[in-house]
Amino acid sequence: MDAPKQVYREEAYELLADLEESLIELEQRPGERDLIDRVFRAMHTIKGSGAMFGFDDIAKFTHTVETVYDHIRAGRLTVTAELISLTLKSCDQIKAMLEASQGGQPVDEALTEEITAQLKVLLPGEQGQTGSTPQPSTSAPPEQELKDEPGEEATYRIRFRPHRNLFANGTNPVPLLDELRSLGKAHTLCHLKDLPDLETMDPESCYASWDIILTTSRDVNDIRDVFIFVEDVSDINVTKIDDGTDADREEYKKIGEILFDRGEISLSDLEAILGRQKRFGEMLVESGKACRSDVQSALLEQEHVRSVRRQRSQIPAGGTAPDAAASIRVASHKLDSLVNLVGELVTVQARLTQLAAYRGDTDLTLVAEEVERLSSELRDNAMGIRMLPIGTTFAKFKRLVRDLSAELGKEIEFTTEGEETELDKTVIEKLSDPLVHLIRNSIDHGVEDPQTRKASGKPSSGTIHLSAEHSGAYVLISVADDGAGLDAEAIRKKAVEKGLIAPDASLSESELFELILAPGFSTAETVTNVSGRGVGMDVVMSSIGSLGGTVDIRSEPGKGTTITLKLPLTLAIIDGLLVSVAEESFVIPLNAVLECIELTDEDRRHTHGRNIARVRGEIIPYIPLRDTFELGDDRPRTEQIVVTEIGERRIGFVVDKVVGQHQTVIKNMGKLLRHIEGVSGATIMGDGSLALILDIGKLMHQAEIGEQALKGAATV
Amino acid sequence: MSKLILSVDDSPSIRQMVSFTLKNEGYQVIEAEDGRDALSKLGGSQVSLVITDLHMPNMDGIELIRNLRANPAYKFLPIVMLTTESNLDKKSQGKEAGATGWIVKPFKPEQLLAVVKRLLG
Repeated sequence: MDAPKQVYREEAYELLADLEESLIELEQRPGERDLIDRVFRAMHTIKGSGAMFGFDDIAKFTHTVETVYDHIRAGRLTVTAELISLTLKSCDQIKAMLEASQGGQPVDEALTEEITAQLKVLLPGEQGQTGSTPQPSTSAPPEQELKDEPGEEATYRIRFRPHRNLFANGTNPVPLLDELRSLGKAHTLCHLKDLPDLETMDPESCYASWDIILTTSRDVNDIRDVFIFVEDVSDINVTKIDDGTDADREEYKKIGEILFDRGEISLSDLEAILGRQKRFGEMLVESGKACRSDVQSALLEQEHVRSVRRQRSQIPAGGTAPDAAASIRVASHKLDSLVNLVGELVTVQARLTQLAAYRGDTDLTLVAEEVERLSSELRDNAMGIRMLPIGTTFAKFKRLVRDLSAELGKEIEFTTEGEETELDKTVIEKLSDPLVHLIRNSIDHGVEDPQTRKASGKPSSGTIHLSAEHSGAYVLISVADDGAGLDAEAIRKKAVEKGLIAPDASLSESELFELILAPGFSTAETVTNVSGRGVGMDVVMSSIGSLGGTVDIRSEPGKGTTITLKLPLTLAIIDGLLVSVAEESFVIPLNAVLECIELTDEDRRHTHGRNIARVRGEIIPYIPLRDTFELGDDRPRTEQIVVTEIGERRIGFVVDKVVGQHQTVIKNMGKLLRHIEGVSGATIMGDGSLALILDIGKLMHQAEIGEQALKGAATV
Repeated sequence: MSKLILSVDDSPSIRQMVSFTLKNEGYQVIEAEDGRDALSKLGGSQVSLVITDLHMPNMDGIELIRNLRANPAYKFLPIVMLTTESNLDKKSQGKEAGATGWIVKPFKPEQLLAVVKRLLG
């Protein structure tokens, strides 16, 4: 910060030289207004800039001189020879101060006092009381006196609710939040509950609001100061929620933990019971009493204060490190943010690789390759941390099977396998409900009652086998029973009855089996407590679909049914096939892609314009993405069909170009675009542009609906 | 790419001080001596922030802020006004015209930087 100081010094010397000249002229022509103004302005600038550049002594001293000349300007004082010499003395004193600031001789403080006193005598109405002149606060605004000594740490809840018109005066709330974070340890939660749909949203309005939990040694005023510019356009509420006074009231263990410690219950008992119990927050959300982001915000506060208290209670304990543990507990949001960061890193790495390729610089390419290797290792590692063994979920099904089979009078043995199989935390969480439905279904519809079983020569006790295993980038989870199996004909009859298929539809066995997952389908003759209301199995299909997985059903009459869920290991990053249509990029999940083939005008002629292609004798329908996304008619002469497989069915997607494999970091589409179908997310490309990730299952479904509507229209 | 800041003040010393402080922190700065000059210098450049004095000849700061806010391209541009403690009336006029923030004169480089950071991040 020395360069500006130097500029000030130079400017001040210049002004002083100018001032001396003006003063001497003024002595000769004491009444000349211009000269008086010049002197005043010079003093004013020396004072004002002096305060800005940290020359507080100069600012304070010059203030008195300036005041005198202000009176002269106003005609309350006249210029005298005495005043001129006093002013010239002042100039010398200012010079001395400037020199002192550069390491010259220290200033004669007594002389400063003397000149000031003499000047003050001149001021009208102040004779005889020189010492008590009120000093207007000119030299320094109060903000300068920053309290630097760290106060006690305290935790605050800050609720920042901007008004809709926040942006109208050019405010960007993000730097404000960053500034808050710089004050201490902070957790921030953004509420988007007021965000309307895209159609009704005004992009120039602010719909977001924030809760920030901040632990800082700065005081409330420092926090409020951050919001000083937005006070008029937002509601800001700062509350102290923890200041260390009731620090040592740490909560005692939960009752379940105590029972477990005492050996009264086993860990799996505990988990099974806990698994059945809903979190308090969940219950609030479901009852509609609170919205999800409010609950999240409260949880954040709880977590934050707990961790602050924990830290505090650890410090007096002599700083002894906890025993070197084989594992540590980490808050899951930390993992989420780690994975997010890794995702960003992979994106940046892709840009680097692309840049290196574009530049053709071998050194850069070398570095880019190294970064690629490291970031992919880092990615695998970060993903690995999020992996949990699926066994925790299995435990709670034991109880389910026991209770249900007793209720239905069936004897069922429940076996599990592959509990140690690891799967992404988010996938596991979402897997629980579908598995409950599948197992219920097996118990209710699959396994026969003991009499029937004996009659068909089977042991009276049936089995349900739940297993998990790795298979490439997937995990296969299957629920197998040795029950009666599915009756393809009964399913067909039922489906026709329910209007799900046309009476003359020709469906393969597996297509028929898939119908049991359709909404509104139930083959149970009687509706029992357990199942048969036709809700449930379609939930399986949709939640597995949302996880990017598929459902496979195999069944043999009399031998049993096996339903296999095929799930991706993780949700955050997928391998994708990058394609482009009319300058737009899209990503098709690579796991679904079978092959790519060309589509020429000639091929189109062969099929008479219908959207089907013949691949080695097999007929494959295709969806032109150009039409689906309305990207114009400027088709290239040769297009590409990306053939994909969804479940047992094959369908092609017509694109302009297949660009290549692309490691895709999945970004959510956000609340605004949540209603858009056929797109499951977006990803950021190497060059910073966006590509949409296609939800091929949805696209196929939409195309089928469209087709049926067409057919319907044609027959009428 | 460093961010570009437009400093508007009729006093060269304030302009210089603002420029110096900001350039030291790696910002790019262009200077204008009054509102009219500022508007002519804005055309075509991607300015991220405007710091303007209120008392200026030709076109004063309030007028400049109103002009900027009326232009769709500068509707959301952060604008800092330099006010004096004594003149509260001007400050509220400036806020009404659409100023994002303010700095009370005289100020020190650190204060200027703190405000710039608060608005630009």
